Amino acid sequence: MSNPERLSFISGIGRSASGRRLGRTAMDLTLDAALEAIADAGLTRDDIDGVATYPGGDAIMSRGFGGPSAVAVQDALRLDINFLYGSGEGSAQLGSIIEASMAIAAGLAKHVLVFRTVTESTMQGIAGRNPAGGMTRAGGFLSQFGAVSATNWFAQVAQLHMHKYGTTKEQLGQIALTCRTNAGVNPRAVYRDPITMDDYLNARMISTPLCLLDCDVPVDGSTAMVVSHVDYAKDAPKPSGFINAVGTAQYGRPSWDQYADMTSMMAQGVAKQMWSRTDLKPADVDVAELYDGFSIITLAWIEALGFCAQGEGGSFIEGGQRIARTGELPINTHGGQLSEGRLHGYGHVYEAVAQLRGEAGERQIPNAEVIVAANGGGPIAGAMLLTKEFSS
Amino acid sequence: MAIDLDILTVRIAPQDDPETSFFWASGEDGKLRFKHCQDCGYYSHPPTPRCPRCLSANMQPDPVSGKATVLTYTVNIQQWVPGQAPYIIAIVTMEEQDDLRLTTLLAGVDLEDPNIIGMKVEVRFLARDDVWYPTFVPEGSPA
Ligand SMILES: [Zn+2]
Repeated sequence: MSNPERLSFISGIGRSASGRRLGRTAMDLTLDAALEAIADAGLTRDDIDGVATYPGGDAIMSRGFGGPSAVAVQDALRLDINFLYGSGEGSAQLGSIIEASMAIAAGLAKHVLVFRTVTESTMQGIAGRNPAGGMTRAGGFLSQFGAVSATNWFAQVAQLHMHKYGTTKEQLGQIALTCRTNAGVNPRAVYRDPITMDDYLNARMISTPLCLLDCDVPVDGSTAMVVSHVDYAKDAPKPSGFINAVGTAQYGRPSWDQYADMTSMMAQGVAKQMWSRTDLKPADVDVAELYDGFSIITLAWIEALGFCAQGEGGSFIEGGQRIARTGELPINTHGGQLSEGRLHGYGHVYEAVAQLRGEAGERQIPNAEVIVAANGGGPIAGAMLLTKEFSS
Repeated sequence: MAIDLDILTVRIAPQDDPETSFFWASGEDGKLRFKHCQDCGYYSHPPTPRCPRCLSANMQPDPVSGKATVLTYTVNIQQWVPGQAPYIIAIVTMEEQDDLRLTTLLAGVDLEDPNIIGMKVEVRFLARDDVWYPTFVPEGSPA
């Protein structure tokens, strides 16, 4: 089996400072991350011949969600490039990394700089929260009814999951607790103090059944990577992070309220397609870095990726041992967006590569060789299987 | 606990859009309407110019019974605007068709009611600035 995505690997990773209200511009943060990723890949900017980002187009999504466009970064670094991409549509945040991989497979580029930048913490501090974000994609039939926040939309997914499968609030809470425990050994995490189940159950409710600790934390920060052709692996300082399989499928209605199975959403098609492109199985996965904009999304990914059957996610994570760093399926080893902060999907991929390289310090999972990174999970989603070693 | 039907404290007015304007004006005569394929009988929401099932362009807004079942819901607690009370957002499935769904507001329902999912509801309109917002109350509630 040989898929085009196997022709590329993540040769470099970099990130800016991240945190609450840094008061720095999106471009400033982006260049820090980009230059770190390029250096980490053992390259200089003269080697970079592609740029990709999510969602790009400057502030197409306002108030710190957008980050700089790919062309703005191209210009700031004075790059001559063979491939350019930026879109908010595609396989969620991972779409930008997958497009870079496809461009490399097609021979359009050799080293693509990809980045995701958010300044939501600073911008929301200045301009107030932006509860209507995503309204355009939602088609304008949600916010008119007070469903103004993604918390409202995912809360209904969680409510139905609990009703249909008997999933409990305590089970869902294990996602938040596990992420916080992991963040405790991640110096870059925004929230590192441990939380108890009582803390979780008593946390301020946002939209039932989701409380404050089910929701991720807006931060400022930029994460960047270099996606390179595997031919470079023999010369790369850190040859790991090989892309084994990707999932980009979008089956069913891409919608916050019209998707047929409102307990799973777009994770299902993505997972099915990804597994169809590899001989690896869910049991081969050593670590899972699963999107956690809200705790329920992570639960949906655990089910969709086949770590347990649909509807059994609650009992799978019960007690938290299985998903702990010492468990059979460690999740979100960096603390996820619930505790490290919302680097919007790229934080999960950065962590996956750090784990595969053995660079994750105190939170390192021994012998991490196969990692799944999944982004999105509402109306758009994407997943990627990364391996320590190259496999043809 | 009865809730005032006037629970539209948090809303964003619909965009001016020729594809969807019928939906927001429909309640003026007390009837909820969806785009309805005149060839195959399929209702669709949100509205598009062609039938998503048979691709016919012969679509028109037709009234439905206004009766629906709650698929799922959430009680929004977070105050998006100052002083706003908790309110129930729900996705309801219209009686006419299994996949004809609408995100809406529920009124006249106890926030703590354990049986909101599966509840039979019917439409009531809230008129604001020439927009008729379809909201839902338990079936048989006083008019
Ligand atoms: Zn039709």
